[in-house]
Amino acid sequence: MADNSQRQHWMSILAKSNAAAIEARLADAPALPSHTRLRGPETGLVMVRGRAGGDGAPFNLGEMTVTRCAVRLADGTVGHAYLAGRDARAAELAAALDAALQDPARRPALMASVIEPLAAAQSEAREREARRAAATRVRFLAMETTR
Amino acid sequence: MTGLLPGFADPVVDAQSTFRAVLEAMARPGRVQRLPAPPAPPAPLSPAAGAVLLALADGETPLWLDAGADASEWARFHAGCPVAADAGGAEFVLAVGTPPALSALEAGTDEDPHRSATLILQVAALEEGTGWRLTGPGIEHEHRLHVTGAPDGFLAQWAANRALSPRGVDVILCAGDRVAALPRGTSIKEG
Repeated sequence: MADNSQRQHWMSILAKSNAAAIEARLADAPALPSHTRLRGPETGLVMVRGRAGGDGAPFNLGEMTVTRCAVRLADGTVGHAYLAGRDARAAELAAALDAALQDPARRPALMASVIEPLAAAQSEAREREARRAAATRVRFLAMETTR
Repeated sequence: MTGLLPGFADPVVDAQSTFRAVLEAMARPGRVQRLPAPPAPPAPLSPAAGAVLLALADGETPLWLDAGADASEWARFHAGCPVAADAGGAEFVLAVGTPPALSALEAGTDEDPHRSATLILQVAALEEGTGWRLTGPGIEHEHRLHVTGAPDGFLAQWAANRALSPRGVDVILCAGDRVAALPRGTSIKEG
């Protein structure tokens, strides 16, 4: 059993991926073990709660669409996935991957061929966004000095 | 632990048809209903007991059950119900062995008689036409129900439960894929 922070890491990467991206990475990964569906994939609404300033009274911020899935492998390992949006295929793949990644024998190959490339792609996309945003940044200090 | 098992194959439709069958059973005490699509719950739960549990229990109904860790994990996962430590604090009580005494379960109050517990009692077999003689609301003349594996002294406990009216515990009997109900107003005589 992987420790919780490792599992959090791969679950978070999978939760931010879509079905096409996961399937593309799975194409050159070892085959996933077969699974049975325990629950879902099913789509529902989750109430997102917030606190003003991080420590105020909790209030309901709004509802978001979430798709979840739980699957079970033949050896009894249960994998879970909760994803924002309605991508049922991605939820099932993410749950199956979560179950397979809990097996220490399968983990290194799957981490290397699926999770790490997805993580790299996601951090690259994030940096690209950050660069685009940075290009339009207004430097108030610079305006002051040119005055 | 054998690990988690799936619940209803089609959660919405199967839960609704189970609910409908339980409603029918409650409206006609002693008539046996067959469930169309029960799940395959972990042993020792019968398909009917598992189906009734998933159709009725939810996050607001504490459950007490004596069916072991697998069954309790299965109920918590699929129904999302909290598991109560003692039967007296539960809204649904599921017994596969000897059930707790009816008098030990929540009977509701005179203002809120619907706050009483429901006992889902798994028995060996249910058969119409012989056995106990049932009379009361929902029964025109008399319904007969033969229960194989009813707990010892059940009829005496039932008479005491009926005397609490309008308070009291309702019982849903489950065997295989069959259910029959004993709402608190039903009077039972030995056949």
